Amino acid sequence: MAGGQERILRGRIRSIQATKKITRAMELISASRIAKAQGAVQAAVPYSEQITEVVRHLSVGGASPDFPLLQGRDEIMTTCYIVIGADRGLCGGYNAGVERAAEGEIKADVLRDRGYLVVPVGRKVETYFRFRGYQMGTAFGGFSEAPSFEDAREIGQYAVELFTSGEVDRVELVYTRFISPGNQEVVLRPLVPLSSVTGARIDGVEHPTGTPAFDFDFEPDPSTILEVLLPRYVQARVFAALLNAAASEHAFRQRAMKAATDNAEELIKTLSRIMNRARQDAITTEIMEIVGGAEALGSDDPAELLELVNALADD
Amino acid sequence: MANTMTVEVVSPERLLYSGEATMVITRTLEGGEIAFQAGHMPFLGALADSHTRIITADGSVIDLAVHGGFVEVGGNTVSILSDAAELSGEIDVARAQTARDRAQEHLRSEHDAEAVAALSRAHARLAAAGLPPR
Repeated sequence: MAGGQERILRGRIRSIQATKKITRAMELISASRIAKAQGAVQAAVPYSEQITEVVRHLSVGGASPDFPLLQGRDEIMTTCYIVIGADRGLCGGYNAGVERAAEGEIKADVLRDRGYLVVPVGRKVETYFRFRGYQMGTAFGGFSEAPSFEDAREIGQYAVELFTSGEVDRVELVYTRFISPGNQEVVLRPLVPLSSVTGARIDGVEHPTGTPAFDFDFEPDPSTILEVLLPRYVQARVFAALLNAAASEHAFRQRAMKAATDNAEELIKTLSRIMNRARQDAITTEIMEIVGGAEALGSDDPAELLELVNALADD
Repeated sequence: MANTMTVEVVSPERLLYSGEATMVITRTLEGGEIAFQAGHMPFLGALADSHTRIITADGSVIDLAVHGGFVEVGGNTVSILSDAAELSGEIDVARAQTARDRAQEHLRSEHDAEAVAALSRAHARLAAAGLPPR
């Protein structure tokens, strides 16, 4: 009977309503986590600022500049890309953005006959590059939504190791920078060597405190301090990138889930309309059948016909 | 009243303390304990695991366990950048004690750098939490 279609539609609407509840919940969760992740980004700023300051003071304060981490290599043969994405999907184009950016760089490297190494951070990113058969180093993951400094330390140490062992000549970070809840961008930032960073700073020496750098008293000597400091500096930068990526992930997920909720609502509306029409059609058809049946029986009395319709409607 | 200076303690994840103080005592690698007062000459040092004390402008003492990092003094500001740091109230004493006992146990049989580091971290935590060394 025609009622069959109505039942199918009712089932679909119910399932969409259930999905809508889930996407709505995810949207709300992400929205509340954006604020927290944004707070974490802010909370990490004082440390980054201070450590940059210390590196600057050290480089003007007599530390010898011949640290491997500070020196760029003349010939860049292999570049390592640390690609920071999410552990889970359902976040719109978030993962695709960083993956595409990294892939573009890699293809350019391959064209120039250079080597590359992908270090994926986040399970989804790992799957993406593994499936496509890219050369991969150690993969990190499991913390994309709330990274701790410990995670950054591991990645930083690994990056420094890759560079100092000569396996790669350059390490770049690919991540999504969080500008505001409504605005994020995929960026590519050099991580190691640090020459570009400190070099720029040495040129424009500024002393906000008015203290000449050479007056610093070092304990132990500047070079030893720099040796412990530089890996920390790398880690702090990785950490900042991870926090930015986490905040961006929440923002992307919130947007994606909002769109999904809106779509579900739209779909429910459309399907309800189709269902109501189907029901109306079924009723009309039934009445027509009854009228037709009554006429076939030869009854001309309208009252009798009405009785027949009522009796059928009561069933 | 003694002169005061600005003191900041930051870890990678947050700002632990920021305020006016009269003295900061911490420990550098190789150098041992060192105290800073207002007007100290510019100084930059790498820190060891230590029980760091801040004597604030109103005379109260803030105890912290600082696990490695750096201290920078300049322009009447002392900044401590630690890899990890805890205020005395946040320290899990029971956990630090088990960590200390385990490290000591381990060191009796063999000497390894990890256990030494664990022991010094535990000592710094316990000292900052106000427990006497054993």
